[in-house]
Amino acid sequence: MFPIVEAEFLAPDVKRFVIEAPRVAKKRRAGQFLILRLHDHGERIPLTIADSDPERGTVTIIVQGVGKTTKLLNMLGAGDAILDLVGPLGSPSHVEPFGTVVVIGGGLGAAIAYPTAKAMKEAGNHVVSIVGARTKELVILEREIGAISDELLITTDDGSYARKGFVTGVLAELIESGRRLDLVLAIGPPRMMQAVAETTRPRGIKTVVSLNSLMVDGTGMCGGCRVLTNAGARFACVDGPEFDAHEVDFDMLVRRNRTYLQNESESLKRFLEDPTRDLERVRESCHLEQRHPEVRREASRS
Amino acid sequence: MSAETTDPATPAVPPSKKDRMKIPRQHMPEQDPARRRRNFEEVNQGLTVLGAATEALRCLSCANPKCTAGCPVGVKVKDFVDLIVAGDYLGAAAKIREDNILPAITGRVCPQETQCEGCCILGNKFEPLGVGYLERFVADYERETGQVGLPERAPATGRRVAIVGSGPAGLSAAGDLVRMGHEVTVFEALHEIGGVLVYGIPEFRLPKEIVRHEVDAMRKMGVDFQTNVVIGKTVTIDELMGEEGYDAVFVATGAGLPKFLGVPGEHLNGVYSANEFLTRVNLMRADAFPESDEPVYDCRDRDVAVVGGGNTAMDAVRTASRLGAATSHLVYRRSEAEMPARAEELKHAKDEGISLMCLTNPVAFLGDEDGFVSGMRCVRMELGEPDASGRRSPKEVPGSEFEIPIQVAVIALGTSANPLIQSTTPDLQTTRKGYIAADPETLRTSKPGVFAGGDIVTGGATVILAMGAGRKAAASIHEFLSTGVWDATAAETPS
Ligand SMILES: Cc1cc2nc3c(=O)[nH]c(=O)nc-3n(C[C@H](O)[C@H](O)[C@H](O)COP(=O)(O)OP(=O)(O)OC[C@H]3O[C@@H](n4cnc5c(N)ncnc54)[C@H](O)[C@@H]3O)c2cc1C
Ligand SMILES: Cc1cc2nc3c(=O)[nH]c(=O)nc-3n(C[C@H](O)[C@H](O)[C@H](O)COP(=O)(O)OP(=O)(O)OC[C@H]3O[C@@H](n4cnc5c(N)ncnc54)[C@H](O)[C@@H]3O)c2cc1C
Ligand code: FES
Repeated sequence: MFPIVEAEFLAPDVKRFVIEAPRVAKKRRAGQFLILRLHDHGERIPLTIADSDPERGTVTIIVQGVGKTTKLLNMLGAGDAILDLVGPLGSPSHVEPFGTVVVIGGGLGAAIAYPTAKAMKEAGNHVVSIVGARTKELVILEREIGAISDELLITTDDGSYARKGFVTGVLAELIESGRRLDLVLAIGPPRMMQAVAETTRPRGIKTVVSLNSLMVDGTGMCGGCRVLTNAGARFACVDGPEFDAHEVDFDMLVRRNRTYLQNESESLKRFLEDPTRDLERVRESCHLEQRHPEVRREASRS
Repeated sequence: MSAETTDPATPAVPPSKKDRMKIPRQHMPEQDPARRRRNFEEVNQGLTVLGAATEALRCLSCANPKCTAGCPVGVKVKDFVDLIVAGDYLGAAAKIREDNILPAITGRVCPQETQCEGCCILGNKFEPLGVGYLERFVADYERETGQVGLPERAPATGRRVAIVGSGPAGLSAAGDLVRMGHEVTVFEALHEIGGVLVYGIPEFRLPKEIVRHEVDAMRKMGVDFQTNVVIGKTVTIDELMGEEGYDAVFVATGAGLPKFLGVPGEHLNGVYSANEFLTRVNLMRADAFPESDEPVYDCRDRDVAVVGGGNTAMDAVRTASRLGAATSHLVYRRSEAEMPARAEELKHAKDEGISLMCLTNPVAFLGDEDGFVSGMRCVRMELGEPDASGRRSPKEVPGSEFEIPIQVAVIALGTSANPLIQSTTPDLQTTRKGYIAADPETLRTSKPGVFAGGDIVTGGATVILAMGAGRKAAASIHEFLSTGVWDATAAETPS
């Protein structure tokens, strides 16, 4: 059982959680994720570790409510607990002094890109951050990302804040300005990452993306998270989640992520009609887990 | 055939050997195939007391029983069967537990026909003794009557052992080590304890309740189980032996890396590895969706093809049928005679109406416009000359390609070594294929204090072999902890 110690909304449907998980907090590096499960009927979902505090023994995640599990999670708050949480999973981002690094975060991708951007800055890179959102109120982590970036460029699709347009527009301008870009890191919806890959490809600018394939175990056991790269099929949970953007088959990623569309919408509809059952389950499951240490202690006494 | 015709449990005069040999092998009551092919309840229902007593009477009590030699962990078959004959079922269970701590599990999943029962001399003329049935019977009797006796623990030694992985190898090592008085922690990456027993082998063959029961018993004996810890990621082996203060580590991580065919279309939606398909259903209960949150691609009224011929393939194809598939094909490149699955599973699968497509190999998966699998292109195979292993090797029949419509496919070609631990423990020597190199007798690895066993050393094998490895490791770890001597030359790389 993993207690939630802080929870706050950053934007509508986007919530930041600080969770007690001392072992994970100690080990985690930028680019890694965790898998959690909310109750004993729940599914396992992957979420990037946005930050961690080894001293306090906590990890931070930022969650966008898109389907049943993330919406249920976003209903929990401080004092609640997560039944299962395992990590840190995946390979850490490759961080070194590259020179000028452009970090692009689309939508929630900003939260996923933030830890790596921070690590890039700490490694001595000149960090240019491009944050894109559909509209003003969905721009998240502006202050945090601003603080670790040498330059921060914001775009909104509808022009309600900062520049109107897509992140790729800003990126294309940067490239055309003739500046030397040593690495581009893009995280966001697959089609956005694909567009970034196509923008940097002609100039051969090294581009890294973090792939959000469907996962179950996260340890390389099920093969469900496989993505296609030039080197063949790879497991995103262990070989990734970061890959060379110019080698990824984005169509396959998008296609495989659609496998359960029908189940997902059915699940979400049922949940939204009556979320109390699932909320009860979270509390009951965590309570059950709480009793385990007792069982153990009794056993060792006898 | 009925066991209920006589009452041999209390014979006035013990029947003679000749009479005993006339008793037919008792039939395992099983759920009706027409019903069970659509539910996840256990297929085998277990012998009745009378059935078990009758079956036990068939044992010839050989002076030099071959069955024990045929058991990878040397269960004293004759002794426990004698106890059943004497009506002491709990004594019989205790006798098995001396060598096998998970009898309710092995009694259900061991390939008895090639082990104990395969060596039974009754089998020369009649049918062999139903050792597996009897083992299961006493273990169930013990559990159902709530009389599982916890073995005594030796006085605490103050030494601490970390076990990585909670499959049969890890569990049996934990059971032995805790009895020897050591402090034992089992680390498991998943949220549930049991390894393949919970995520791979389906409920209809091995109810999870039984695994949980065994795990609870071990918990009561003092084994500390920690789920959600991936050794190599959350904590490394070096940290276990350093900051976390363990005196020895037993690596029992299994062979969990799925193999794929490498044919076109294999990554279409609806094409699963057996591990994913079975994990979704067994561990995550996707069969109960939407009551459970994890989905599995809907098999209802669809055509499903499972590729392979081992236990895993058999489990996957029977699972597909239970998920409501219109047809469940088992596609295997050799003939039925070569199938590595347990004989009983093959029989059960056939009774459940599984369609066997032997001497057939897929060469491509075909997709619809949305990227979902819609068909499978296969070739027919024929068996050629025996190869080095003595098995006749399958060859493609030229020009024999054909297509069948399917909407779900499961690839069950076996697994290989998961590299997680090996890649984060640089001084742990591995074999060419990535398995951990360990001495076959002592299970010592190249890294002092670290032992390894089960599928991660042997490659995909059986529950009982993994348990045997766990016991060997426990004995070897105990010796190491008692003497403190680590013979660096002990570990050799098996070829
Ligand atoms: C390595 C990794 C890191 C991730 N990090 C974060 C994070 O930090 N914060 C966060 O909010 N989300 C993150 N995700 C995505 C998150 O896992 C999914 O949003 C979540 O699984 C959806 O679960 P659900 O039950 O709420 O929705 P579902 O009902 O499962 O899905 C609803 C809809 O969400 C989309 N979706 C489903 N699964 C994914 C997925 N794996 N990736 C992207 N979209 C998906 C689909 O369009 C689907 O129709 C990450 C995914 C991966 C693989
Ligand atoms: C579907 C299927 C059906 C089978 N049917 C039969 C049968 O009928 N009869 C039979 O005898 N055998 C059968 N087998 C084979 C048998 O299950 C295996 O040989 C046996 O389980 C191997 O045991 P093990 O302890 O070595 O590993 P496993 O059972 O594989 O357990 C390993 C455990 O370690 C965990 N783990 C892995 N890496 C880490 C890590 N880094 N940190 C923490 N934990 C980790 C895994 O999550 C897993 O729980 C079957 C196998 C499958 C897949
Ligand atoms: S999630 Fe199962 S192999 Fe990656």
